[in-house]
Amino acid sequence: MSKHFVEIQYLAKRFPDADGGELTVFENANFGIDKGEFVCIIGHSGCGKSTIMNILAGLDEATEGVVLMNDKEVVGPSLDRGVVFQNYSLLPWLTTLKNITFGVQARWPDWSKEQVIEHSMKFIDLVGLKGTEQRKPSQLSGGMRQRVSIARAFATQPELLLLDEPFGALDALTRGMIQEELIKIWNETQQTVFMITHDVDEAILLADRILLMTNGPHARIAESVKVSIPRPRKRTDIIHHDAYYLIRNHLVDFLVNRSRELAGEVVADPELPVDSSHPVEVDPSLVNPEVKNKELLNDVA
Amino acid sequence: MVSLVLLALFLVFWEMASQPPEATAAQTEYEMLMGGADQEARVPPPTAVGSLALKELGNPFYDAGPNDKGIGIQLAYSLYRVLTGFFLAAIIAIPLGFMVGMSPLMQKALDPFIQILKPISPLAWMPLALFIIKDSEASAIFVIFICSIWPMLINTAFGVANVRQDWVNVARTHELGNFKTAALVILPAAAPTIITGMRISIGIAWLVIVAAEMLVGGTGIGYYVWNEWNNLDLSSVIFSIIMIGIVGMLLDMTLAWTSRLVAYEE
Repeated sequence: MSKHFVEIQYLAKRFPDADGGELTVFENANFGIDKGEFVCIIGHSGCGKSTIMNILAGLDEATEGVVLMNDKEVVGPSLDRGVVFQNYSLLPWLTTLKNITFGVQARWPDWSKEQVIEHSMKFIDLVGLKGTEQRKPSQLSGGMRQRVSIARAFATQPELLLLDEPFGALDALTRGMIQEELIKIWNETQQTVFMITHDVDEAILLADRILLMTNGPHARIAESVKVSIPRPRKRTDIIHHDAYYLIRNHLVDFLVNRSRELAGEVVADPELPVDSSHPVEVDPSLVNPEVKNKELLNDVA
Repeated sequence: MVSLVLLALFLVFWEMASQPPEATAAQTEYEMLMGGADQEARVPPPTAVGSLALKELGNPFYDAGPNDKGIGIQLAYSLYRVLTGFFLAAIIAIPLGFMVGMSPLMQKALDPFIQILKPISPLAWMPLALFIIKDSEASAIFVIFICSIWPMLINTAFGVANVRQDWVNVARTHELGNFKTAALVILPAAAPTIITGMRISIGIAWLVIVAAEMLVGGTGIGYYVWNEWNNLDLSSVIFSIIMIGIVGMLLDMTLAWTSRLVAYEE
């Protein structure tokens, strides 16, 4: 197996439950993220997506397994891993600019004040918030707040950027706009991004690869779906691409049916070509549409 | 506007209620000497209090011996004691509150002491303070200190313990150390709660100083009130009551203004 920039190996999170037993949220999470890759993870609520993200961020600890980044184990939070939280997590007593310089100053403590401000302004400009830098978060709309939060994360130039359902609380129009901005910034900065989402279309638009999780408890990462739609992608264009609906159907089918069927503990199945503790690599665009549709019909039947 | 009308009505009513009755018959020399036909002492009318107030406020800082000092000097003594005790309490209570708020262990360890010490009337400490400190001035400050410390301690601990975890996570993902997290994230996040605690404290301190000064004597607005009562000068008593109210209001307004500076909207 090739070495990845970020390696997640046999990650598991278990809690003691009320009867003195153990509750396994997820286990056997194995995957890698390459440098510059955009990876999304999709799964139902309670499958432990956010826990995986918090472990990657260093805010939570895994019960088993390790996370390696650059061959070094991830222990505790670090500026090498930037996080955009679902609820923006801006500091409400600071202005837009100060919220961003807060991160920049923490990242480069030796920088002069002018340097910090210049660098921060560059990222405010990048997310299209020029002119609002003296406003407090309470004077900004939800979409603008999330842009500040994204700018803060990108401005610290982390090696890995973690996005926890960043657009979950936004209306569809705003979401679409910020998604495109995110692609733009990602193109310019060549960041490595790991993102949680509930939105299948969002995942297809943004990701190189989509990880699918089965339902919890005992959730695991069942598949790694390749998104083979060429970049640059535009929201309005990708829906006309041949692979789009193949990928989309595959994802929806997984979320609606198979995430439940595959739930439960890993059973060693000799007929499976690969160890089921590792996600199966899938590229739905390579499947003959007719065969795929038949499979779908069979599944429903 | 309505406040002014109510005030005017109250003053008029008070003025009329405190007029001595008209003499119905010709007064004897003796009666005139004793202040007319009035057989009982009356609360002085607002006009009397008002003219005294003008006189006192015209020269608030005169000092004509231990029993005759201007209202300004008396208030300054009280304010000095209140502010000294209050700031000493703040220096102890706010860092301690941070410790209690940030550490569940300290919270549990200190909670029983706080719960027992908090309901003690600050004046109950007075004899012990006088015995240990052996100085009435310092004892009065100690009493202020001990009554100011609890609201600030409890509010700081509460504010610090309830800072949103998201903000703490922001600090953690930016690799801020404990000290920087406390200064850059927790302090501004908890500041409104801390200021509220300070506002409660200074209110209590101003209530307590009057009683404390009645006990220790010598100087201060509390002593002044009691001394004028002993002099049977009710105009001065009423005047100082009003001054106590005004200064208390100013203290509260100062902190209310400070709390607007640190307020934030989520």
